[in-house]
Amino acid sequence: MSLAEETSTTAMALKNRNLLLGGALTAVFLGAALLSFLWVPYDVTQLDIANKIKGPSAAHWLGTDHYGRDILAMIMVGARTSIAVAVVAVGIGMLAGVPLGLWAAARRGSLLDEVIMRGNDLVFAFPSLVIAVMITAAFGPSATNAIIAIGIFNIPVFARITRSGALTLWSRDFILAARVAGKGSARISFEHILPNVLNLLIVQGTIQFSLGILAEAGLSYVGLGAQPPIPSWGRMLADSQTFISFAPHMALFPGLAILLTVLGLNLMGDGLRDLFDPKLRRGRT
Amino acid sequence: MKAKISAVALAAAMAAGPVLAQDSLTVALQLEPPHLDPTSAAAGAIDQVVYANIFEGLTRFGPDGSVNPGLASSWEISEDGLTYTFHLVEGAKFHDGTDFEATDVVFSLDRARGEDSVNAQKTLFAGIESVEAVDPATVKVTLSAPDGLFLFKMAWGDAVIVAPESIDDIKTAPVGTGAFTFDGWVQGDSISLAKNPDYWGEPAMLDAATFKYISDPTAGFAAMMAGDVDAFVAFPAPENLPQFDADPRFKVLIGSTEGETILAMNNGREPFSNKLVREAVAHAINRQDIIDGAMFGYGTPIGTFFAPHNPDYVDLTGLSDYDPEKSKALLEEAGVALPLKVKMTLPPPSYARRGGEIVAAQLRAVGIEPEIENVEWAQWLENTFRNAHDYDLTIISHTEPMDINAYANPDYYFQYDNPAFQDVMAKLDVESDPAVRSELLKSAQTMLAEDYVSGFLFELPLHTVAKTGVEGLWVNMPTQATDLTGVYWEK
Amino acid sequence: MLRYTLTRFLSLCLSLAVASVVIFFAIEVLPGDPASIMLGVNAQPDTLAALRTELGLDQPMVARYFAWVTGLLQGDFGISYTYRTPVAQMIADRLAVSLPLALFSLALTVVIAFPVGIWAASRRGSVSDVSIMGLTQLGVAIPNFWFAMLMVLVFAINLQWFSAGGFAGWDAGLLAVLKSLTLPAIALALPQASILARVMRSALLDTLSEDFIRTARAKGLTRRQALWRHALRNALIPVLTIIGMQFSFLLAGGIIIENVFYLPGLGRLIFQAISARDLVVVESVVMLLVFAVILVNFLVELAYAAVDPRLRAR
Repeated sequence: MSLAEETSTTAMALKNRNLLLGGALTAVFLGAALLSFLWVPYDVTQLDIANKIKGPSAAHWLGTDHYGRDILAMIMVGARTSIAVAVVAVGIGMLAGVPLGLWAAARRGSLLDEVIMRGNDLVFAFPSLVIAVMITAAFGPSATNAIIAIGIFNIPVFARITRSGALTLWSRDFILAARVAGKGSARISFEHILPNVLNLLIVQGTIQFSLGILAEAGLSYVGLGAQPPIPSWGRMLADSQTFISFAPHMALFPGLAILLTVLGLNLMGDGLRDLFDPKLRRGRT
Repeated sequence: MKAKISAVALAAAMAAGPVLAQDSLTVALQLEPPHLDPTSAAAGAIDQVVYANIFEGLTRFGPDGSVNPGLASSWEISEDGLTYTFHLVEGAKFHDGTDFEATDVVFSLDRARGEDSVNAQKTLFAGIESVEAVDPATVKVTLSAPDGLFLFKMAWGDAVIVAPESIDDIKTAPVGTGAFTFDGWVQGDSISLAKNPDYWGEPAMLDAATFKYISDPTAGFAAMMAGDVDAFVAFPAPENLPQFDADPRFKVLIGSTEGETILAMNNGREPFSNKLVREAVAHAINRQDIIDGAMFGYGTPIGTFFAPHNPDYVDLTGLSDYDPEKSKALLEEAGVALPLKVKMTLPPPSYARRGGEIVAAQLRAVGIEPEIENVEWAQWLENTFRNAHDYDLTIISHTEPMDINAYANPDYYFQYDNPAFQDVMAKLDVESDPAVRSELLKSAQTMLAEDYVSGFLFELPLHTVAKTGVEGLWVNMPTQATDLTGVYWEK
Repeated sequence: MLRYTLTRFLSLCLSLAVASVVIFFAIEVLPGDPASIMLGVNAQPDTLAALRTELGLDQPMVARYFAWVTGLLQGDFGISYTYRTPVAQMIADRLAVSLPLALFSLALTVVIAFPVGIWAASRRGSVSDVSIMGLTQLGVAIPNFWFAMLMVLVFAINLQWFSAGGFAGWDAGLLAVLKSLTLPAIALALPQASILARVMRSALLDTLSEDFIRTARAKGLTRRQALWRHALRNALIPVLTIIGMQFSFLLAGGIIIENVFYLPGLGRLIFQAISARDLVVVESVVMLLVFAVILVNFLVELAYAAVDPRLRAR
């Protein structure tokens, strides 16, 4: 079997499957989050102590938590928190990281490039959760501070990938042509380089999005994310811990929500990568 | 020094194998102490290890909160109530072999009240005029004014007797007179004690004891279930108690603490400077839902700032019964704009975090919208308690015994300034007639309830889970202590 | 090479200097006074002042910074505010848990990832490849603390095969250590192994498509022989880089897992120290972790440069 044959049939199917399955999972959770603005089975700010810790039933499809709140409703509204935090954190990373990466690539080899890249390394070198703990210790725990803590660590990711994507482009003919035409490097970066690294950024953005959801869950789990009464998946898990031995449904469903959302985003990222760059059709590293 | 400690710790770790299980006990506690000097920090976690076990005071608390003789076997009080003559026990030695003598008492009390003292409860010693050693077995303490609570104060963990010879290393290698000696500390994990063979009094029944630190309630549950620990004092997850109760391997002790759990309101600023708004909050609160939801049914409702097991307690819960309609009417009468946005600051314990979520939901139902901020102790102390009093609402349990006089301090974080109440407390300070004291305490309780100074929620219960066969653990917690001197395994 | 090494070393020192400034001042401005936390609610102002003097907190911040850095350079990490013991000793105690845990989970990671990655690469496109890759997707997506909770429920509470948490200490014997570290190590290793297996697979596939493999195959080697004889060795470079990164992550990243299993490791030390405002401990531990990562990066860069001279010209 030759390489050419290999890259065709089975792998093509795999690619589509990734994109389809990932897209479907992502759509389900995005849909649930959007739907929760219009309709939820129960109000998540209302407690119903008399009905606490009930297993799944017709009235409460996924059961109730320790305050008698409906877990399905909590997961739907919690999806909003997770998605909002992750999206904004990715936004911060892109807004700051992409221009830095473009700039570093435009001045490759210069002191500026060195400073930017070393700065990136430095941020990478900090243990992220410790920094998040410090940020929330200083400013109090909240969704906003979780966004900042996650967003900071997205900056070097996007700076790095933008720079490396841009570096390969700078040596290409069409960029040379633009230079000869007298365009400055800032203009070239935004008019010619940026559109060509966009695919890379979309793929990386999807991956950072999924990492952001995991990170938000982790931070909320240790109590540093969104504060009550705003539901969040991580805090649902933290709250469920002492009940796990007699009410496992409280831990099972929020955990599955995180798992499936992250899985969906990762699969979608892989699918997108394959779509944009068939040569890299080997699964994410 | 350090090397020596770890060597001891290693030896202890090896000794505490399962073979000796019936002569040793592993007790889980939630909070690890920062160090082991009870006379220079407020951490209750220190007293939970050292009180009665390693260190002893002139007097000591019994399991019921009574004040009993400790290192002072008896005492005389002069007619004017100013001079206390303590007769010390005979044959007591510190764990390093030095004798316990009157000079140690003088040293300890002078150190606690001295200029550069870092004692967290320095006010306990404020009334002492002088301390002198009459002879090696007799100490005379002179007060500047009569104090009906002096013997009670000397029973506190902050007033234990330490020796000048061993004071320098007290934080890492405490040397006291108690029935247990300090045996090692694996920081972040456990502290071990060994039986003191030369104890002056009734010797301990255990050969060794280990305090194991498990801060996470789930981990605590798992450790109990897996048999890793023999008992868990102040078990933090009441929701798990029915499982232990149903399991023949375990027993659950349910007792009381001195912890009045309150929804503190900042009387010093809008909107809670308005009594009508405070009263509205009081009627919006459904205590039973809080006790059921946050404490899983454990806890006694209180209507004022006083422990229900105290004979002088007055049940005033009726003044603040659950009545959301009345609450709404009061808010309207107060003329505040709804929804009323306030800040609710919650410290780490689960009664506060859970209670806060429930209280917040109850307040939302009447139009008050608390914004919850969960904080660490550090921030709570700094922003809510100490300097800024920058809070509207907070939930906290005041666990010191007989601490109703906190409301007499207008600078306290309650920001409650009522001269009539302060007057009652001033009278109480100098009153020693029990009947009059009781009347004063009752009128003080009523004042607080009628002024709706705080939302009074419930008396914090004490849950201890132990393996079947462990006997002698304190059921109640009249002071922060895990007294193991009377604990044994039923054979 | 010497010049390259020197510039890299210079930049390492610069990074460390910047990191120390950032760490120190970011931590010193945290609200919350260590002395008032230690003395609690009934402390008198003069008592607080006495303790602050004892801790050296009355000194200006810049002076304390230089004292701290000078100490660090001489290997002196300072004295903990709350425990009153040398920070170096505390770190050493905690490393006795964190280091074995990191190594254990790294070993698990490698032991799982290598065969899985190689298997998948050698059967590319087959059902087993597709299902293995699907499983690794799950492994990457699973929140490790949730996985840890489920494992505690099953293996510690119900089956009682392993400890639910805690660390008995090395003197309790290897078996006790394994009992307490196995579940946390698995929880930490699962996502890492999934990542590494995927890296392994794609690195192998990358090298398999390179010219020298084609040449080898043209000479008659089967695909599987080519993989074992040539591709594996070349695929090790990216794989080792990832392993290096994973190790530093595991050392610091166990913070949540250490909480789930109440292990007295470095992560929990930081957590406790931050809530107690034991600033010296926080500063020194964070600095140590940052130093470890920067050092690993530095060594990896040098190794690369030694292998590939083109990199030196960057």
